[in-house]
Amino acid sequence: MIVEIGHFALALALGVAVIQTVVPLWGVARQDPVLASVGPAAAIACFLLVALAFGSLMFSYVASDFSVENVASNSHSAQPLIFKLTSVWGNHEGSMLLWVLILVLFGALVALSRRSLPARLRAGALAAQGSITVAFLAFTLLTSNPFRRLVPAPAEGQDLNPLLQDLGLAIHPPLLYVGYVGFSISYAFAVAALIDGRIDAVWARAVRPWTLLAWTFLTLGISMGSYWAYYELGWGGWWFWDPVENASLMPWIAGTALIHSTVVMEKRDALKVWTILLAILTFSLSLLGAFIVRSGVLTSVHSFATDPQRGLFILAILVFFVGGSLALFAWRAPLLRQGGLFAPISRESALVVNNLFLATACATVFVGTLYPLVLEMLTGDKISVGPPFFNATFVPVIVPLLLLLPIGQSLAWKRGDLLGAAQRAQFAFGFAVLVTIALLALTRGGPVLAPLGVGLGVFLVVSAFWDLGERVVARASGAAAIWSRARGLPRSIWGTAFAHAGVGVTVIGIAATAWSTEGIGFLKPGQSLTSGRYTFTLESLAPRSGPNFTEEVARFKIRSGEREMKPVESMKRMYTARAMPTTEAGIRSDGFSQAYVSLGEREADGSIAVRAYDKPLVLLIWIGSLIMAFGGALSLTDRRFRVAAPRRAASAATMPQPAE
Amino acid sequence: MRVASLLICLGLAFVGPAMAVQPDEILPDAALEQRAREISSGLRCLVCQNQSIDDSDAPLAKDLRILVRERLVAGDSDRAVTDFVVARYGDFVLLRPPVNARTLALWMAPFTILAAGLLFLWRRRRMNDAPAAATPALTADEQRRLDELTRAETD
Repeated sequence: MIVEIGHFALALALGVAVIQTVVPLWGVARQDPVLASVGPAAAIACFLLVALAFGSLMFSYVASDFSVENVASNSHSAQPLIFKLTSVWGNHEGSMLLWVLILVLFGALVALSRRSLPARLRAGALAAQGSITVAFLAFTLLTSNPFRRLVPAPAEGQDLNPLLQDLGLAIHPPLLYVGYVGFSISYAFAVAALIDGRIDAVWARAVRPWTLLAWTFLTLGISMGSYWAYYELGWGGWWFWDPVENASLMPWIAGTALIHSTVVMEKRDALKVWTILLAILTFSLSLLGAFIVRSGVLTSVHSFATDPQRGLFILAILVFFVGGSLALFAWRAPLLRQGGLFAPISRESALVVNNLFLATACATVFVGTLYPLVLEMLTGDKISVGPPFFNATFVPVIVPLLLLLPIGQSLAWKRGDLLGAAQRAQFAFGFAVLVTIALLALTRGGPVLAPLGVGLGVFLVVSAFWDLGERVVARASGAAAIWSRARGLPRSIWGTAFAHAGVGVTVIGIAATAWSTEGIGFLKPGQSLTSGRYTFTLESLAPRSGPNFTEEVARFKIRSGEREMKPVESMKRMYTARAMPTTEAGIRSDGFSQAYVSLGEREADGSIAVRAYDKPLVLLIWIGSLIMAFGGALSLTDRRFRVAAPRRAASAATMPQPAE
Repeated sequence: MRVASLLICLGLAFVGPAMAVQPDEILPDAALEQRAREISSGLRCLVCQNQSIDDSDAPLAKDLRILVRERLVAGDSDRAVTDFVVARYGDFVLLRPPVNARTLALWMAPFTILAAGLLFLWRRRRMNDAPAAATPALTADEQRRLDELTRAETD
């Protein structure tokens, strides 16, 4: 019964979403304020209905109701509760429902936000958001219905894929989806602005918090996904340039560019048309990601062709929203009025450079990801585009951007002083050079790129805070005065500093991977294996059983030189329902470094294959991304995004504008 | 996401996580083994999705790893080993696509896009220098300045 209620609620939500799309636009067109204001109520109703549907699916997972096909194929009564809950989105149908839930959650948030938006903009944005909801609800109901019943109901479920029975599944997809889907708001606002034919700083100020929010979550989502792969897959890799990863990286890069260009638009009323285009492209890349992941098209063109229903549906959604918005853009963008002027050496120009490099980086990933597919369709030739390609093309685009970043961030608006900016960066640069030289000397004979990369990271971290340090410390005396000056600076300035420093920290972590070492060997209890600074001694090897798996547990003592570290357990599991093995790596953090050990096959003589790693500073990769996300969150709390701040600007914007 | 993509692979082919290179595969000669690892990490596991044979647990990947080591022990150069594998499986096995007529567009793309972006900004600037030209579609003014900035920095 509960399942049917959920199914019905989902169908009803589709109807409400149609209302949310059509009625407000009609109201605006007919200048009927009652009809035009239907949007918020419809958005909230839509959210409540989808939440009900999601809740009922979750309920049937918790209750292990195997009469629901989706539950039967992805759950098991012996699963711990947390995995019963996360199983909801550990499959195609459920994850589409999660996607829709987040989509309508954002719609409801826009409806509820107290921000004083021009009524036409809000109506247009909610309508655009509603149309996306219609598309994805229809997709879910018609091709991916999670509420389908199974008759007769099996006595036991088939269990969730063991690789997914991990806390990573609880964290990673929701974060990622909030990021992906959050960009739909920027998209909806862009479409609304194009329909309205007017765009100004109010628009930028309205959109920027949503973009920042989505970007922050996407940063966290990608980062957590990377860490999950790192510990779950058992060989310590953290980024693979896999198409599915690229699908999440592209909107992230475009979103990063968008955050920067909306600043220009907000502060200086410039770069308007480009910002609109970027908002459209960012969400289009999210949609492309959904298409790539959901259609299976990248696994093989042929698997797509044999079961094309879902793939074609998402392709149609993709074509409609990308094509439609770009057509609207081509038609309306020329009407938009150009904004403020600025000198060639200025913060605005620096941000244009930022956008150029980020757009190129994004396009590089795009081409690399889709090229094999297009080539195969056109010529039938199969090629692989793997990590060596991306490392050879992506890195050379990103490194110049990172080198220019410290100078760009200290240029003034309108007209900057390049020499002054370079002088402000010179301390950080000198310090980074010293660090690089010291590291080169210390690690003579080792990889050369690692010290250079660490130097780049140090440059970014130091320069991120150097300016702020000067502004806070220079004219204040005493800790209390410094603290009050620090608090007096806008939060968004701190946010920028943290985000840029986070990039530097991640760069250091990535560069340091060149120093990681690997040891491989067969061990019997009592024997040891050395990798880099760490010596792993196999203490014991014993079976153990969990709720829905049995495992072989290897306990390792770890020594670093003379220092005894905490022992670590590394497991080889067999999940009984699917008869599928997984490995659980044993990981011990040591400062920012990690000792990492995973198990292979058991040999006839009682020994077991062991892979052990010394991964210096590896944690910085994810710590850096957490700092980036923290920076994003900090900017989000900036005063100007709260309460009445935009009022003055809003009233200015409602003044009649000169004709084009 | 990587985990999720492995699942796509799971439906089609064998994927075991963790141990790829087995201890008994490792060559006694450390320098040779290092070369073997580097070659393997550039060769695609043909039954997996975007995994190198160095990372993959699939039996086919294991066979290829052993093959690579056998060729190296026999005295082949890195190039000869790769060519040998390509002769058997085609360019598809290379994770770094070779530069040829079919992949020229791929390899040129990043450079072309960056150059096109710069050219676009420069042309915008030129157009905007003409006074009183009706402001055209894109953010010409701002982007005109970019060119001057980048030139100023490269000078």
